Amino acid sequence: MAQDKQSQRKKIKATGQMMKIMSDYFYDLNDAAKSTDRKVAWCTSVGPAELLRALGFAVHFPENHAAMLGATRMATELIPEANTIGYSPDICSYLTADIGAYLKGVSPLAKAYPGIEAPPRPDILVYNTNQCRDVQDWFTWYAKELKVPCIGITSPKNFDEVTDILIDDVTRQIEALIPSLEEVAGDKLDMQRLRETVALSRECTELWRQVLETAAASPAPLTFFDGTIHMGPAVVLRGTPQAVDYYRQLLGELKPRMADKIGAVDNEKHRIYWEGMPVWRRLRQHSELFTELQSSVLVSTYCSSWIFPDFDANDPIRSMAKAYLGLFIVRSDTYKEVYIKGMLEKFHIDGIIYHDAKTCPCNSNSRYGMPQRLEQETGIPSLIISGDLNDLRCISDEQTRTNIEAFIEQLEERR
Amino acid sequence: MAKQVYVGLDMGASRTKVAVIDRHGAMIGYAAKKSGVDFAATAADCLDTALELAGVNQETIVDAVATGYGRNNVAFITEKSKTEIGCHARGCHYCFPEAITILDIGGQDNKIIKLDAEGRRDSFKMNRKCAAGTGAFLEEMSSRLDIPLNEMNNLARQATETIKLGSYCTVFSATEVLENIRHGKPVADIIKGIFYSMIQRVLEMDSLTEKVVLSGGVVAHNPYLVEMTAKLIGRPVLLPEFPQFTGAHGAALYAMDAAAEKAANKKEE
Repeated sequence: MAQDKQSQRKKIKATGQMMKIMSDYFYDLNDAAKSTDRKVAWCTSVGPAELLRALGFAVHFPENHAAMLGATRMATELIPEANTIGYSPDICSYLTADIGAYLKGVSPLAKAYPGIEAPPRPDILVYNTNQCRDVQDWFTWYAKELKVPCIGITSPKNFDEVTDILIDDVTRQIEALIPSLEEVAGDKLDMQRLRETVALSRECTELWRQVLETAAASPAPLTFFDGTIHMGPAVVLRGTPQAVDYYRQLLGELKPRMADKIGAVDNEKHRIYWEGMPVWRRLRQHSELFTELQSSVLVSTYCSSWIFPDFDANDPIRSMAKAYLGLFIVRSDTYKEVYIKGMLEKFHIDGIIYHDAKTCPCNSNSRYGMPQRLEQETGIPSLIISGDLNDLRCISDEQTRTNIEAFIEQLEERR
Repeated sequence: MAKQVYVGLDMGASRTKVAVIDRHGAMIGYAAKKSGVDFAATAADCLDTALELAGVNQETIVDAVATGYGRNNVAFITEKSKTEIGCHARGCHYCFPEAITILDIGGQDNKIIKLDAEGRRDSFKMNRKCAAGTGAFLEEMSSRLDIPLNEMNNLARQATETIKLGSYCTVFSATEVLENIRHGKPVADIIKGIFYSMIQRVLEMDSLTEKVVLSGGVVAHNPYLVEMTAKLIGRPVLLPEFPQFTGAHGAALYAMDAAAEKAANKKEE
């Protein structure tokens, strides 16, 4: 498709500050792992991080590390290391890349942050299977390897409504974690500290929501590709003042852009919804492709998954349970379709792209007829691209490009 | 008025096709050749042959559009490009101007494209990262059986039964073929099974609307596949006069649009 070769989306000035707080976070984790008086917990990205922080743990998120492995092009070479010990190429490529990195003794942290050699050694591993079963398998492997305890929440799945019965269940599971965590932490849970942490998480996710919703403006000042980078603090620093301060700064930059109609993509002609995981190693390439095609991928389920309106400092544990159950990925297709329809309307979307990630079935919502149902109901066309979050062996760049270009041609014909 | 022509170059992963059309959109010259490793040289060669067949020279080309995997490798001829999905749609709709579903079976990929009566795309799907249902599958089977591609069509017609090959995977399908050979099944039945498997993999990709058009080089060289498709879907299928050139023809039609737009803009100035 003949287009101007202008392929750079607008830069976000706050990125420098984000890099700084992420850097501080990784160095702090490293210091905690080396110290004798601080404890480290590993946590799944939508696990009970608030509880861990309130107990004084430094919290590492292996999913964040795995995404870094993908983004830095290390993953594809490391995944086979895990394959050879019995972890199939068909399962989560976060898991296989991360375990592969451990087996090889390498980490992107070592390249990015001088002085850090590897992820911090954990004192305890805490999962929540609200995302998938793979996180439990992943943490269990490390628990055996490193001889540390592994505890977690086995989440209900595929429900339409977050009912009291489900909230009761997860609340009890969170409460049951506390004695083991206290034992490792060597301290009792301070409920006031937990309330403060939950309040910070609530504030962080509220600001993150406002950041993402700036993209409802036309043109959108922010894209999905920006979102995948700037969601870092919402994932790893949720429950801290640093994350709250950062999103205030980012929002302060985006609001004037919105008012001044400065789009992230020049001459935005098409507004796209991205459903599914990013292809970490192709973020720049995909961003450039869409920018070239004057199309803004401006909203996604993925980035919006770190918005938890249910956190409530007055009822911290039960509200954590409610928040973790409210997560998109753990819900039924009926709920997911209502959610996406709302987003399509709010963000004035012209087309949806579903990324069918080979090794991430839970984040690939194109396998049970959803694209066809949504297209029939909304009239908004959709495209499914095959790929993966981390395993580049599952990706055909040329086929992806042709599919995306053809989809934009299709939208053009329909204008 | 000197003769004016428009050119479409379809730089496929397997074959390069060039179409030359007149100002009414009718194809007056064409050429196809293996793409090989030098896309630019192959394109230049095909262009010369197609222009010669059309009885014109390079000076008569008003505009050109490229498509296919190598569409960005022919900047010396044109920098304008469209996807092969768009071009196959355009070329087929030129031949059958109504609401249609196109099944395009190419050397490396296949597509199902649905068009409304005006030729606008309702949807499209390409095969996954796999050779199932593509010309590459047929080539692999031809090589395994040591039977030339051009003999497979006639052999399939002699079959009395259809051997079913169940796998998505070309390598596994080859194993199934070898297993059938070991069990003494007639080669003709196996080849019919190969064609059957191929078209089945394509039909599994999407639902079909009433009118179905087949296009692509594999169809052009294997008319048996057309008959088999009609039988499988239970109604006749439509076939363009030059099924291998629908993409190139579509690209040439887009070139004609581009020239018309340019002329209109000039007039406005």
